[in-house]
Amino acid sequence: MSGLLLQAVVSGLLLGGVYGLVASGLTLIFGVLRIINFAHGAVMMLGMYASYWLWVWLGVDPYLSVLLTAPAFFVLGMGIQRLVIEPNRQAAEHNQLLLTLGLALFLENLALVLWQGDFRTLRVPYANASFVIGDALVEVSRLVAAGGAVLIALALFVFLRRTDVGKAIRALAEEREGAMLVGIDVARIRSVAFGIGSACVAVAGALITPFFYIAPDVGESFNLMAFVVVVLGGMGNFIGALLGGLIVGLAESLGAALLPGSLKQLVVFVIFVLVLLFRPEGLFGGARGR
Amino acid sequence: MAGRALGALAAAALVAAPPLLPKYSLEILISILFFAYLGLAWNILGGYAGQFSFGHAAFFGIGAYTSTLLLLRAGVSPWLGMLAGGALAAAFGLFEGYLSFRYGLRGPYFSLVTLAFAEMLRVVSVNAKAVGASLGLVVPTGTPAPLLFVFGGKLPYYYVILAMTGLALLITGAVARGRLGYALIAVRENEDAAEAAGVNALGSKLAAMALSSFLTALGGTFYAQYFAYIDPTITFGPAISIQGLLPAIVGGAGTVLGPLLGSFVLTPISELTRAMLRGRAGADIMLYGLILVLVISFLPQGLMGWRRAVRRSAR
Repeated sequence: MSGLLLQAVVSGLLLGGVYGLVASGLTLIFGVLRIINFAHGAVMMLGMYASYWLWVWLGVDPYLSVLLTAPAFFVLGMGIQRLVIEPNRQAAEHNQLLLTLGLALFLENLALVLWQGDFRTLRVPYANASFVIGDALVEVSRLVAAGGAVLIALALFVFLRRTDVGKAIRALAEEREGAMLVGIDVARIRSVAFGIGSACVAVAGALITPFFYIAPDVGESFNLMAFVVVVLGGMGNFIGALLGGLIVGLAESLGAALLPGSLKQLVVFVIFVLVLLFRPEGLFGGARGR
Repeated sequence: MAGRALGALAAAALVAAPPLLPKYSLEILISILFFAYLGLAWNILGGYAGQFSFGHAAFFGIGAYTSTLLLLRAGVSPWLGMLAGGALAAAFGLFEGYLSFRYGLRGPYFSLVTLAFAEMLRVVSVNAKAVGASLGLVVPTGTPAPLLFVFGGKLPYYYVILAMTGLALLITGAVARGRLGYALIAVRENEDAAEAAGVNALGSKLAAMALSSFLTALGGTFYAQYFAYIDPTITFGPAISIQGLLPAIVGGAGTVLGPLLGSFVLTPISELTRAMLRGRAGADIMLYGLILVLVISFLPQGLMGWRRAVRRSAR
C-alpha cells in the first residue's frame, strides 16, 4: 500500500508541475486582462498538434519543437487578443467570458474538422525510459515535462520581476490607470500578456506529448484543471499557480489511487467549489484577485 | 399592435402547419423548439437575474435521469417523473444557488461554480452502476403509450415541446411583468442599490434559480422520451449547458422572445451545416463558436437588442 501511495505522490507531483505551467499562463492573462480565458485549453491543444505535426512531418523532437511553437504561439496569442478580445474590452464581464468560450468552441471543433477525433500519440524512442526511486517508478518523459514546466514558470516569474516589459505587465495587473498615467502602452502590454500566456500553454502542451494522447478535446480537462489551480493559488498569483498546480496534481493522483473508477475527478471539483466558496482569494491569501 | 398580430399568426402557423410538413422538417422544428425551450429556461436566471450559469446541464440531467429511473425501476409514468425531476432539480438549484449567493459569488465565479457542479454530477453518474454508468440508460419506447409519454411518430412529440415552449413563454412573460422580474433586473443592474431600495436580492435570485432549474429539468425528461436514450456525457456534459444558453444569448438575454428568436436562427444553421458537411464532425459546433464570437462583438444585446436599435434609429 505504501508503495502505491508513494507512486501516486510521485506521479501527482510530476503532473502537477505541468498544471502549474498551464495555470501560470492563465493567471497571467487573468491578472492583466481581467478575463477568465476559456480558450486557454484550446490553445494548449493546438500547441500539442503543432508539436505532433512537426514530429510527423519533419521529425522534430517534441522538446526541440518548443523553439518553434513558443514564438509562433506568442504571435498567435497576440493576434487573438488584438482581433477578438481587445475590441470587446468594454463589453460586460459575462460577455467577455462568452467570447472566450466561443473562441474555445471554434478552435476545438476546427481541430476536429481538420484532424478528426481519433487519439493520436507521438511515439518518441525514449517514451519508455524510466528509473526507480524507492518503490516508485519515475518515467523520464514525465520528469522532463514537470522539470521543464517548473523551470519555465520560474523563468517567467523572474522575467516579470526584472525586465521592463515584465514590470509593465505587473504594473498593469496592479493598477490600470496608474500604468496608463506613467506612459505604459497598455493595449500593447495586454496583447503581450496574452501572447506570453499562450506561449506558456503551448510549451506545456509540447512537453506532455511524449506521454499524453493528442485529440481535439484534450485541452478541456486541462482548462478546467487550470481554473481550479488558478483559483486555489489566487487569481493573478504566480507562485500560487505553481504551488496550486502541485496540490491539484497530488490530489488528483491520490484520488485515483484511493477511489474507484474515474471518481478522482470528483476530488478536484470538490476542492474547487470549496475554495471558491470559502477562500475565493486563494489558499495563499494576499492575491489581487477580486 | 402589428407585433401582436404577427405573433398570433406565427403561433397559429406553429399549431396548424406541422401535420402537413415532411418528417425531416418536423424533426428540425422539434429541435428548434427544444433549444428555444432550454434557452427560455436558462434566460430566467441568466438573462433576467444576470447570473450566467454554465452548468444548466446539472438540472437537465437530473430531469432526464429522475424520470427515466422512476420509469425503469418503479414503473412510474414519465409524466409524473417529469414533475419529480423538476422538483429535484429545483431543490438542487436552490442548494447550489444558496451556497453561491450566500458566499457572494458573482459574475465569472458563479459561472465556474455551476460548471463544477454539473461536472461533479457527470463524474458521479459515469461511475454509478446503479444509474447505468457510462453506458447510459435506454428508455423503452416499443409500443406507443401516451400515458407513458411514448408516441408513435414525431408529431405528438412536436406538440408536447410546442406546449412546453408556450408555457415557458407565458411564465417568462409573467416574470418579466411581475414583481419578481423588476426585482431581478434591479439586482442584475446593481445589487447593492437594489438591496438598499428594499429588494430581497437573495430571495429573488433563488426564486429565479428554482424556476429556471425546474423548467430545465422538464426539458431533460422530454429529451429522454424523444431520443429514448440518455448517458452522462449527453445529459450532464458541458455541451448541453452551452447549447441551452446560446439561443438566449444570440436572441437577446433578458427578453421574453429572445431565446425563441435565437433558436429559430441558430438551430436551422446548425442542422444545415451538419447535413451539408456530413462526415465532418464538429463543423456545426465550430460555426456556433464563430457565431458566438461575432454576436458578442457586433450584437452584444442579441438580435432583440439589434431590432430595438434599428427601430430607434428609424424614428
